[in-house]
Amino acid sequence: MTTYAPLTLHVPEPAVRPGGTPDFSNVKIPKAGAVPRPDIDVDPESIRDLAFSIIRVLNRNGEAAGPWAGLLTDEELVEGMRHMMTLRTFDARMLIAQRQGKTSFYMQHLGEEAISCAFRKALSPGDMNFPTYRQAGLLIADGYSMVDMMCQVYSNSRDPLKGRQLPVMYSSKEHGFFTISGNLATQYVQAVGWAMASAICNDTKVAAAWIGDGSTAESDFHAALVFASTYKAPVILNIVNNQWAISTFQGIARGGSGTFAARGLGFGIPSLRVDGNDYLAVYAVAKWAIERARLNLGPTLVEYVTYRVGAHSTSDDPSAYRPKTESDAWPLGDPIIRLKNHLIMRGAWSDERHKQAEAEILDTVIAAQKEAESYGTLHAGGKPSARDMFDGVYAEMPPHLRRQRQQAGV
Amino acid sequence: MPRMTMIEAIRDAMDVMMARDQRVVVFGEDVGYFGGVFRCTAGLQQKYGKTRCFDAPINEAGIVGAAIGMASYGLHPCIEIQFADYMYPAYDQIVSEAARLRYRSNGEFTCPLVIRMPTGGGIFGGQTHSQSPEALFTHVSGLKTVVPSNPYDAKGLLIAAIEDPDPVIFLEPKRLYNGPFDGHHDRPITPWSKNDLGEVPSGHFTLPLGKASIVREGAAVTVLAYGTMVYVAQAAAAETGVDAEIIDLRTLLPLDMETITASIKKTGRCVIVHEATLTSGFGAELAALVQEACFFQLEAPIARVTGWDTPYPHAQEWDYFPGPARVGRALVETMEA
Repeated sequence: MTTYAPLTLHVPEPAVRPGGTPDFSNVKIPKAGAVPRPDIDVDPESIRDLAFSIIRVLNRNGEAAGPWAGLLTDEELVEGMRHMMTLRTFDARMLIAQRQGKTSFYMQHLGEEAISCAFRKALSPGDMNFPTYRQAGLLIADGYSMVDMMCQVYSNSRDPLKGRQLPVMYSSKEHGFFTISGNLATQYVQAVGWAMASAICNDTKVAAAWIGDGSTAESDFHAALVFASTYKAPVILNIVNNQWAISTFQGIARGGSGTFAARGLGFGIPSLRVDGNDYLAVYAVAKWAIERARLNLGPTLVEYVTYRVGAHSTSDDPSAYRPKTESDAWPLGDPIIRLKNHLIMRGAWSDERHKQAEAEILDTVIAAQKEAESYGTLHAGGKPSARDMFDGVYAEMPPHLRRQRQQAGV
Repeated sequence: MPRMTMIEAIRDAMDVMMARDQRVVVFGEDVGYFGGVFRCTAGLQQKYGKTRCFDAPINEAGIVGAAIGMASYGLHPCIEIQFADYMYPAYDQIVSEAARLRYRSNGEFTCPLVIRMPTGGGIFGGQTHSQSPEALFTHVSGLKTVVPSNPYDAKGLLIAAIEDPDPVIFLEPKRLYNGPFDGHHDRPITPWSKNDLGEVPSGHFTLPLGKASIVREGAAVTVLAYGTMVYVAQAAAAETGVDAEIIDLRTLLPLDMETITASIKKTGRCVIVHEATLTSGFGAELAALVQEACFFQLEAPIARVTGWDTPYPHAQEWDYFPGPARVGRALVETMEA
């Protein structure tokens, strides 16, 4: 009779904890330009290796290399640069505003600006994003009013959402930005359904689903992949792998799978990994995936490899669970500095112009903030009326809510 | 007027709406080629094509989540959850998403969606094919909850639900699909083809959501019931001789308080009957509302007759089911109180 040793439970741990030396030797980084660019109608089975590599365009010298390069003009790149800088400045101002008590909560994008800013530029008007709380670049890069965004963050009298939503849970149909839930992963499968509807109606619009590394563990993520795969929905399934789900390292959600992109392979969905801190690579891969969807070739899964430099939210303190210097050791660098170096190399930018742009952008953001604050902040000045609380639960207010509004005396 | 079973009436409602409105799509587990395990969607795929009526993977969260995405695009999905008991994986999608899109986006995104699900017991379905989860929906702001009790109502209410701009939970008492069931499980049922309530107008018609119906006028006591319990209550009244006024609520939310209040102010007594478990059931809400509105007219404590607070058992189905004997006892006791 065989005797077995007692079973033991495996609980994954990150490579390093606070006090340790940051170590990203487990992140295998191919050379920029090394990963091939397949034809748009490629058989997904023949590109399975792309789920285990990282598509990169910008190399360490700031040069654009390889088959994914060459899609954007100087002007477009400068515009992308300004979008990322605007988002970073916006975040910095709102973080301070939160600390000043002007709002209850904020979530920043530090280090992840390239992903949402570049992706937005690859979409067309009418396409729909189902974002998480860390894709405000989709709005900034589409020209949505920063004043409106700030009014939402402040829940003030001009808040487009009437004070009903947590700060940063924006909504703008006009800008292809679906109302953010705040519950994780629920919107991933909704994006697939929206894309299915576009196909049912013989439309030409596509949808983009967004999720973080941690939330890929949710059942809704798998539901989305089943539906996208079965109905070949025109949807881009984006996974932003920023290494941390609040305090939980990505290995807890990833489990034994080599990468998050590899999740798509079992569903026969072409699955790509891309350098999320490389504006050019993000744009090129987004363009490829969006084109596939629009040509009715079905869904594409894209994992953006990046790093959450800031805290999860203003309610989080990362020094409790990861080394303080970990972000400095992140091998894919900073998206703004990398694009800046590239633009300088192209002769389309300079340190001086960068400084000047920083100052201009700061002025613009401060002006927007002043205007937004003139409409109130969470605890001061104008705010949505208590009456607004009762509106919009249904298209038509049912009798029981009318009674309750009367009781509330508003 | 044609006579239909409740299944045919429900199918007819979807048929009418799919013909009138390209935005109406129907999908769920087994609903496409085969036409649904209860046959409610039989023939719709053949008639409207497989992009308007199709089979879905066995993933209720996916079915509801995808439907929410479709509704936000502008379609009007009318989807089936095979049994209400299978709804729980989709509950997050229903509660956190479908019910709140309009509110949280200030009307930018809306969710015109109908979720049909067979509900209730009486078919020896055990604990996974017998539940009545209506209170889990009426507790959620942003949802409407409908429970029809006959083919005519089922068609009129389902068309109204499909045309409604907000998400509607449409619970179909499966024990009523083929005929009214009064709880006397040892007797054969009379099929809808031999019942006037099986007469259903062809074509388009609606019944307003939020309007109850008085199915038996009476002076002694008001019975609030819905779904299968409407017939159980009628049997109980007939067998006890209590002159009960029986109200079929039809829509639980919005609730027709006007009809309820008028009746109880007349009778001074109230018995609430539902098949779902007692504690925190919809009957608790009804009892609270009735005492708020009619306390000074009440001549007896409000009584509730419901399923017991146990999972729905298999072999003990008829011990669990609130049948005419239990309802009759409550009627008599309420009259004697």
